[in-house]
Amino acid sequence: MMAVFILTCSIIFLLQFFISYCRSLIASSVREPISQEVQEVTGMSRPAAEEEFARVVQLLQLCPERPEERGEISLIRAYFRMLGVFRSTVARVVPSVERWTSSERGQCTHFVAVVLGRRIAFSRNLFAQQMSN
Amino acid sequence: MIVCAVKKQAIRPYIFLNIYMAASLFVSIGRYNILQHFGLASNEYVYFYYYSDTLLTILLYFALTSLYSRVFSEMHAEQYVKLGAVLLLGGTALFSYGVVHQAESKLVTHFVLELQQNLYFVGLVLTYLLWAAVLKLRETRTRLIQLVLSLGVYFSLLAANYALRNLYPGLSTLLQILPPLVGCFLPAAWVYAFWRIPEEARLVPARVAVLR
Repeated sequence: MMAVFILTCSIIFLLQFFISYCRSLIASSVREPISQEVQEVTGMSRPAAEEEFARVVQLLQLCPERPEERGEISLIRAYFRMLGVFRSTVARVVPSVERWTSSERGQCTHFVAVVLGRRIAFSRNLFAQQMSN
Repeated sequence: MIVCAVKKQAIRPYIFLNIYMAASLFVSIGRYNILQHFGLASNEYVYFYYYSDTLLTILLYFALTSLYSRVFSEMHAEQYVKLGAVLLLGGTALFSYGVVHQAESKLVTHFVLELQQNLYFVGLVLTYLLWAAVLKLRETRTRLIQLVLSLGVYFSLLAANYALRNLYPGLSTLLQILPPLVGCFLPAAWVYAFWRIPEEARLVPARVAVLR
């Protein structure tokens, strides 16, 4: 009985903490605009739409990786997928969840687009350094 | 994580978090030595694993208390926080002992498992209360918010894991993989908080909360 209670509470708390943690990671990028280059490369609309997430991630994988970003990208991808599961399950019962998941997934897209912008700038710097050497 | 904290001058403000990380490093070395000498299935390894895990959980408990002290620092309530933490820790140990008292065979090992499950759960509830306090007091320090949230994710995953193991002992072998995986999350999240987020960074906690 005690274990069932602990399991139920843990899952509820886990969802709350995980969502809040991912949102705290995303919050850092919200004020940062998507660079002109990224908009040109991806043809992204403003504000970023969730449908563009997969394409931006694909482009992200083409750029040289910055080690410090590896963890956060994986986490945000997991969050994006989790929101997709929410939409296909919970949102059928509670329609307001649909709007919320769409907005959250849009913010995930904005986050990866900002990271893509940083990676493009990083690659440019790397290339410029190599040329000067 | 300790290296990051030293580089970012965050050793003293977050001393208990650093002590916990140092202790978990020494415990990992100890576990590896015992594993080499006695093997995975030995009693020595099992005892060392569970007892060191309990000790680490108690240390993490003090790390959580230190985060409470930081959140409540302006209210000068550190004394009450410390007293409350010690009382809760003692209470959890007594409760766990009471639960396993009837099953006297394998009392010690059963006690350790029960104590761990309860400690993780109490840690989870305390982290949740701390998160509620962060929201209520409108604490805006991004680093502190991320430390609290990552601790919440860690405690809830482990509490769920031990509860599942208690409910379905047959799944124990499968669920044993989870703690080492979850164990990687906490240092990674703390490294991120110390390395990437400056102490001056601010965030409105209500913007990241699921329930307000």
